[in-house]
Amino acid sequence: MEIKADTTVCIGAGMCALTVPQVFDQSEDEGTVVLLLQGEVPEELEDSVRRAVTLCPSGAISAS
Amino acid sequence: MTDLTLPIARQRPLDPPDEIIELGRQGSMHRMTYADGHLGWLVTGYAAARAVLADPRFSNRPDDMHPPIASRADLLKKGEFRVPPGFFLRTDPPEHTRYRKLLTGQFTVRRMKMLEPRIAEITDACLDVMEAAGGPVDLVQAFALPIPSLVICELLGVPYEDRARFQEDARVLVNLETKADDAVAALGRTMAYLHELIQRKRKEPHDDLLSGLIEGGELNDEELTGVGFLLLIAGHETTANMLGLGTYALLTNPGQLAALRDDPAVVDNGVEELLRYLTIIHLGPFRVALEDVEIEGNLIKAGEMVGVHLPAVNRDPSRFPEGDTLDVTRPATGHMTFGHGIHQCLGQQLARIEMRIAYPALLRRFPGLRLAVTPEEVPMRSDMSIYGVHSLPVTW
Repeated sequence: MEIKADTTVCIGAGMCALTVPQVFDQSEDEGTVVLLLQGEVPEELEDSVRRAVTLCPSGAISAS
Repeated sequence: MTDLTLPIARQRPLDPPDEIIELGRQGSMHRMTYADGHLGWLVTGYAAARAVLADPRFSNRPDDMHPPIASRADLLKKGEFRVPPGFFLRTDPPEHTRYRKLLTGQFTVRRMKMLEPRIAEITDACLDVMEAAGGPVDLVQAFALPIPSLVICELLGVPYEDRARFQEDARVLVNLETKADDAVAALGRTMAYLHELIQRKRKEPHDDLLSGLIEGGELNDEELTGVGFLLLIAGHETTANMLGLGTYALLTNPGQLAALRDDPAVVDNGVEELLRYLTIIHLGPFRVALEDVEIEGNLIKAGEMVGVHLPAVNRDPSRFPEGDTLDVTRPATGHMTFGHGIHQCLGQQLARIEMRIAYPALLRRFPGLRLAVTPEEVPMRSDMSIYGVHSLPVTW
């Protein structure tokens, strides 16, 4: 699973960081999405990542 | 034309109006006549609501909007009730983006978690006062309102002891029956108070959000006043009503109350379920189409209004089966109570933390908590743009 995050679209709602804090965080200054993982998402987190993508209000994150 | 106008009166206090429930059965999008005769739309389906609220071809600017209900019609007349600069909820990108990005860093999940000890302290202090006074008490005045009010005041740097200067005006502004003149006056009073406060902070900054924004230097005093006004009102009228109405819902559903009180693992999801089931934002949000947009095969023409009926959306059976039942153990995330798209609630992580602390603290402190009146005697906020209870007499 590959995750993409677009901070120009992100509105800092925090749904990703709330849902999968192991994978997503928010920057200190603008509160926009920060990816904590480099490389592959552990299999046991894939469902949560998909849920976070669905919950994101601005379409800033995607997973494929 | 259509006979449908926005129904507000509820037959049962915790369910949307029966007309809305029936509409939801018929489809997800409906033609609706607005108060000035404009023929627009009302959305009751989950997928359609998400599509509308995430689509940049819909505007949230008040300029070309039509009033959904008669009592708001004169308020929207141009010139009588201007949205103040900095009130960025009612702006579109790129204006909206500029304001929101200045604030999102202040409301992150991590920052809100740092407030947990202070929120727990405030909650305990309210409960101590209640316990010492003994029942019956009005839970709204003793608990539901002071907790979020103190928290948002401290966060923004608004002196809590000044609350008489804005709490009553906040009530006037969300009251659907308020006359235009009274709304303009209430807005003027609160804005004047905040403008004065901003000027004081400019001279004497403290460690708070408004001082930080002043120091950032991006916004002028008028914009700062508008931003402060939006955050102050939003911080008051939302969580307070969730705590009041949520407690009413739990007291009238004792099995759900026991589950939330006795199992800490249920609390986080239970809060999401209360947000979904109660959907206190019960009239809107509304948008206006900037160009022709097709949603689920329906052509929304440029200039047409679209209202999203969040209580109906949050009970759409295709997304939340048996959504008319309060069940604190159902998977409730994905509800749209905080909205969707770029205007989704900025303070939602604060609201979550306040509720995750306050509900269980109340229920555990007073295991015998009960209504001090019959459920029918509790005055519901059908007359307010944000639903809830006006008061909640309880004892234990």
